[in-house]
Order: sequence, then C-alpha cells, then structure tokens
Amino acid sequence: MVAMAPGDAADGGWAAVTPEHGSSLEPEECSMEPSAMPEEEMPPSVAPSPAGCQLFGYVGIEAVLDQMKIKTMKTGFEFNIMVVGQSGLGKSTMVNTLFKSKVSRKASQPSQEERIPKTVQLQSVTHVIEEKGVKMKLTVTDTPGFGDQINNENCWDPIIKYINEQYERYLREEILITRKRKIPDTRVHGCVYFIPPTGHWLRPLDLEFMRRLSKIVNVVPVIAKADTLTLEERAEFKQQIQADLKTHAISVYPQEDFDQDPDDRVLNDRIREKIPFAVVGADQEHQVNGKRVLGRKTKWGIIEVENPAHCEFPLLRDLLIRSHLQDLKDITHNVHYESYRVRRLNESNRPALSPLNGLPGKAEGSSDL
Amino acid sequence: METKHISLTSPSMPAVLIQDFPLDFEALNLEARFLFIPFVCVVGFGIGCVFLCFFFINGLCLLLGVAPRRGFRRRRGAVAGGAGPAAGRGALPALAGAGGAGAAPAAHTHSPSPPGRAPSGTPALGSRAGRAAGTMSTGMRYKSKLVNPEEKQDHEKQYVGFATLPNQVHRKSVKKGFDFTLMVAGESGLGKSTLVNSLFLTDLYKDRKLLNAEERINQTVEIVKHTVDIEEKGVKLKLTIVDTPGFGDAVNNTECWKPITDYIDQQFEQYFRDESGLNRKNIQDNRVHCCLYFISPFGHGLRPVDVEFMKALHEKVNIVPLIAKADCLIPSEIRKLKERIREEIDKFGIKVYQFPECDSDEDEEFKQQDRELKESAPFAVIGSNTVVEAKGQRVRGRLYPWGIVEVENQAHCDFVKLRNMLIRTHMHDLKDVTCDVHYENYRAQCIQQMTSKLTQDNRIESPIPILPLPTPDTETEKLIKMKDEELRRMQEMLQKMQQQMQDQ
Repeated sequence: MVAMAPGDAADGGWAAVTPEHGSSLEPEECSMEPSAMPEEEMPPSVAPSPAGCQLFGYVGIEAVLDQMKIKTMKTGFEFNIMVVGQSGLGKSTMVNTLFKSKVSRKASQPSQEERIPKTVQLQSVTHVIEEKGVKMKLTVTDTPGFGDQINNENCWDPIIKYINEQYERYLREEILITRKRKIPDTRVHGCVYFIPPTGHWLRPLDLEFMRRLSKIVNVVPVIAKADTLTLEERAEFKQQIQADLKTHAISVYPQEDFDQDPDDRVLNDRIREKIPFAVVGADQEHQVNGKRVLGRKTKWGIIEVENPAHCEFPLLRDLLIRSHLQDLKDITHNVHYESYRVRRLNESNRPALSPLNGLPGKAEGSSDL
Repeated sequence: METKHISLTSPSMPAVLIQDFPLDFEALNLEARFLFIPFVCVVGFGIGCVFLCFFFINGLCLLLGVAPRRGFRRRRGAVAGGAGPAAGRGALPALAGAGGAGAAPAAHTHSPSPPGRAPSGTPALGSRAGRAAGTMSTGMRYKSKLVNPEEKQDHEKQYVGFATLPNQVHRKSVKKGFDFTLMVAGESGLGKSTLVNSLFLTDLYKDRKLLNAEERINQTVEIVKHTVDIEEKGVKLKLTIVDTPGFGDAVNNTECWKPITDYIDQQFEQYFRDESGLNRKNIQDNRVHCCLYFISPFGHGLRPVDVEFMKALHEKVNIVPLIAKADCLIPSEIRKLKERIREEIDKFGIKVYQFPECDSDEDEEFKQQDRELKESAPFAVIGSNTVVEAKGQRVRGRLYPWGIVEVENQAHCDFVKLRNMLIRTHMHDLKDVTCDVHYENYRAQCIQQMTSKLTQDNRIESPIPILPLPTPDTETEKLIKMKDEELRRMQEMLQKMQQQMQDQ
C-alpha cells in the first residue's frame, strides 16, 4: 500500500518552480507527467514529443522510482484526518473499521460515558500503524458536540479555527531561516463529513458547514448509518444531495477543478457519480458462509460491511487510503495551504508597504483569520 | 228426657254450642244429624286443603331460595367479557350474595360463597332474608306462569334490565362516530409520514411537495392538518393528523416548539370558549389527544432539543415517545437505547403518557400483555409504504439486499404494539386523559389568570379592595348573548355547507 509519487515535501520541493505532480493513481500505474517546463526527463515509453530526444539505450532513469520508494519507506507517511458529524452517527466506529484498529477517540478513553458536551470540542488522537514495512503516523481528530445543541449557529467556528491553526503552524516552520529538514505536518488532509440518513435532502446545517469548509480543506461527505435506506431510497437521496451541492456551488473532494489530465478526470468522474458514499460501520465479526466478516447482525439478516452489494464502505476505504491518499495530501499542500499562505501574507503585508522579505518578524504581526 | 231444640241459628248458639253441645248423636234430630255430618266433613276437608296448600307453597319457596345460590357459583373471570354482560351480571351476584346469605344458615353445604359475603352475622340475617324473600316474591309475581324452574331463569328473576346500558351507549356512539386527533413531531426524515400511513393503512401524504433548496434555508416550523374519514365495520372515525414540518431542522432551533405549544393552547382555548358559550350543541373538538414524538435512533439517547420539546409539552398533551427508523439498530443497541432514554426521561422529570394499570381481576394473559407493553416503551418502530414478498406472503416491509424487514413482525419491531396501544386498546383512554387532565389544567390556569387580571385591573381603578369576580353589567351580557347567537347561526350554516359539499 505504498503511494509512489513524488509529492512529499520531505526535500523542500515546494520552492521549485515546477508544479508538483500529485498523481495518485494505483501503484501500478505511476506515470511522470510531461510538464510545461522542458527540464523534466521523459520516460522512454512516452511517444516522441517535440522537445525531447530519443534514447537509444536503457539509461536507468526509472530507478529513481525505487530510490524514492526506499526513502519514503524509511521516513514514513503522515496522514491527518478529521471526522465531523452529529453524535451517534458512527464516526468512531467508521474510523476503527477504516484502519482496522482501534484508533478512535473512544478507543483511547474507554471508560467515559457518552455525554453531549455543551460546546464543540476537538480531540486528536495519534497512532503509528505499520503495514508491510510502511509506517504511517495517523492522526484522527474528532469533533464531539458538533450539531447537537439546540442552537447550532457557528458551531463550525472551532473547527475552522483548528484547521487554520494547523496551517499557521506549518507556515511558521516554513518561513524560519533555518528550517527543519522535515517539517512536521499536522495539517488536516481530509475531513469526512457524516450526513444523517434522512433520505430527503441536506439540512441547512450540513449545507452551511460544507460550504465554509470546502474552501479550506478537502471535504468528503458520506451518508452515515446507511443500513436504514433501501437501495432506491439511497439512489434518490444521493441524487438530491448532488443537486443540492451543485445549487450551492459546494465543491467536495474530488474537486473538478484539480483534475490534471483526462485519465484523472475519467477516474474522478466515476467517483463523483457515487459521492456521497453510503457507508455502514461495524466492529464485530460474524460468521457468514464459513468466513468471518465484519458486519452487523440483525433479526432479518447480516449486513456485511465489506460487501459492495450491501454498502459502499470499500469505495470509501479505497478512496481515502488505497488510491487517493497522496492526492489528498497534495491538494492540501498545493491548493489549500497555498491559498491560506497567500491570504496571511497579504494581510500582514498591508500595514507595511515594503515587500515581504521572508522575515519572521513580519509574519508575527498576525491578525486572526 | 226432654229434648232440647237445638237450633243452629239461635243467637245464643255459640255459648250453648260450646258449653252444652250434646255429644251423643241419638239426642239430635234426624235432620240435624243429616246436616251435621256433611257440615263437619266439608269443614274438615276445607281446613285440610288450606293446610296442604300452605305447606306446598312454603316448600316451593324453600326450593327457590336454594336454587339461586347454586347458580351463582360461576367464576367471575368468565363473566368479565364485554361491557354489557359484565354490568348485568355484576348486579346479579349482589343479589345472589343477599340470597345466599339468607339461605346460608338453612343449608351449610355450599362452599364458595362470594368473598365478603360469607361472614355475615345472624343479626343481619333477618333483613337479608326478608329482602331475599321480597325479591323472590316479586320474582314469583313476575314469573307466576313458570312451569320449569331452571337455573338460568332463576337468576333472571333478579334481572332489572340496566345491563343493556353499555349496548345502548355503543349503538349511539356508532351512529355518532368517533374523532381522534393525533400529532406527529420530530426532525425531518425520521419516517413520520410513512409511519402514519402504515398505522392507518391510508395514504395521507400523496400530494406532498418537498421544498427545494432555497425555500429550505428559511424554513420555519409550520402546522399542517390532514383530516381523513375512515370507516371500518360500520364504525366511523374522523382522524385528524397534525404534522409539524420544519421542526428541528434549522441551524438555530431555539424555541422551535413554540408554534406547536401555541397551536395546542389555541385548540384548548377554542374549546373553552365553546364550552362556556350559550349554545353548546355543536362543539367541535379539535384538541390534540396524543402526540407521537420521534426520537432519532442515531444518537446515544435524548438530544437537547428532544428534552426541551418534551418538557414544554408534557403538561399539555399526552406524549408517546417512539424510536424512529429502528431498522438501523441491532437488538442489543435497541435495548441499550431504550434503557438510556427511560433513564433520561426520569432524570429530566418528563411526564410521558403512562398506560393505566389493569384491574386486578383481569386474566393472567391480559396482565402479561400489559406488562410487556409497559416494558417496551419507548416503542422502536419501523414504517413502510410498500408491500414486499417475504416467505411467499405479501407483507408490509422494506426490502434490503441483506434481508427483508417486516413491519408487522413483533420480532422485528414494536409497530404492532404501538398500533394496538394507540388504536385498539388505549384510544379512549388517551381522549379521557386529554379531557380530564390536560384540558382541566388549562382551564384552571386560564380562569386563574382571568381572575388575577381582573383583580389587578380593579385595583388600579379604585383603591378599595373589591370582590375578585365582579359581575358584568347587563349591557355586556346582552352583547355576549347576541354574539353567541350569531356564532351559533354561522356554525349551523357552515355545517350545512360542509354537508352539501360532501354530498356532491
């Protein structure tokens, strides 16, 4: 499960003029894109383009992929995910099921009773999980108290503040004179938003939240506890949600504007048709046809979580982990973080008329965003 | 020897007869002899007949006294069937007790005398026996032509006839029809409309338009009424469903229950005015009899908005909390959620509708059902508008890739319990509690407010303390009378128009 593409900011590649290529297709299909800049090497299998030249032997350029792979395996990955939704929609269970281990907030505080807090709180839990020699530092941020009060106005403010704080932290590290080799990345790469399965439409709260947050972070909406919807109701609900999102011009992940080439577009279009995924989470195993599967056992049948005919959990898992994890990170870094940076630097620029010299002093004259 | 002429008609006869009655026949005249013997025979025969009759009647009476006691050793349980026969037979055991106590000292053979009657002391015996005899004599007068004294007819002798009262009430109610107002409240998308359709097997919401995105942003809580007339086996029910779209949907839901409490108060107020008016013939009862509150199954218990809503309404209407869309919960989760909700209802002091206690002399089966009902509150329900094929039968249910949920299967959800409770067993009790408890509370509050307001006003006008309820002057009384007349006329016209429209 290694995403092999250059995109990690490990070597400060952000300062390069060439745009990063965040292609995050399946590991087998890794391609280096020909960019507008002529400095990029072209792999020998690409059709001859006017600027390149033909190679008449094996050079060994592709070995750079192996080098990168080894390096990233040594350094490991970081992935920060946030889950947002009303209490009881199965957020913690979903996170546990996604990563097949007890990584949620509830797992680390097992003795606490379920109580709705009076204000939205943010709690982050970090774990390091390892698979086939690849280490991943996973941080899950939970938001208990979101949308549970009677008056939910501005319940998204603490969340927006948190996300911006993480950007700010990264920015501070970035503009230091002596920077660390690897800046610790706590920025939120993806925000999974849980929609209650009413079966009718998106509620005003959902719309408000997604509208505000899709501008600063990748939002992945999912329909929670989807075992309460039949297949027809599910299809209708999804259509209605897609129509609502379009009406309000909310662009959720994968965003259409950031498709880089036709292949990507085709792939992402297929995903976009199915957004939001209807998921069911489960942490108990049952016996079905001689196999042990994760599922929920009811009086009328067993709902298998990993069965694509039952629910779309496999699609969500593939999106978040197997195929688009690196893409999520890249878009966070290249798009959302950059826009934050531009905003911040413009703000701190305005009181002083001289251009920014990258001095830390200027950046510290900060105004709240 | 001198013959004495004994003339039977002589005035001094009695004295002579007693003292000087000749005991020898030979002394008598021949005629006297001939008259005397038949006379004696006739008199003797007559006296004998009288005695015989007397004994015969007494014996008959004794027999009758024993029979009713034997007949009423029947079990009370078998008797408690419908309302009619029960009331009738309730009267009879009372008489049987009296008859039994009266005859008890006479024969000590019977064992199960009705409780409470056995230890009747002898001092009371005389009156009871007299009473028993009295009724028996009336019974006898009533059935003097009886040839066959069987058991059934014996206790019909004590039958007064008011046991048919419940039947009369029943007949009148069937003619008049019933009405029931049900309110459904809860967030959108919890399956309220589907459940109402499933409960009453109609489609009340066929032309419902769902709002589009812009309208939804500024949506406020509305009150929508749907009325439908249902008839089943000759019994008419006018069902009104009060829906509350928009409840709990906005971002800021502060006081989103206010339109609902206002509506309920309005109905109470209207009824109060109608009841206090001069013409009370055609009062329309629009008071809300029951409110089904849908709790979301996705939470871990009650949400703040649920608690606030129920606290605002528990004194005004019967609240029946339900767990909606229960097909997303596995049985252990349902149990936990129900316990949690019950705890929180107790903790916050919410007075939901309590099922009345069943009488102590009901069957064990009935008591068991009642216990089960109480233990499964709040009901976890599933509704469905569609009919699916399950195990060869067509049932109301929901078809999933992993199985079929049957709405009317008790193992799947509590829909059947809810329907039985709401319609088949407790509908009348819900109406009674609304009339007797909630409406009376409202009325008492209203009157208190009015009197306190009047005292306040009067104190402002004059410093002297006046009686709390000053009588209105005649002019205003006349005005009120006129307005009431007008109202009554308008009501009648409206009803006529409604009838005409329905006939068309």
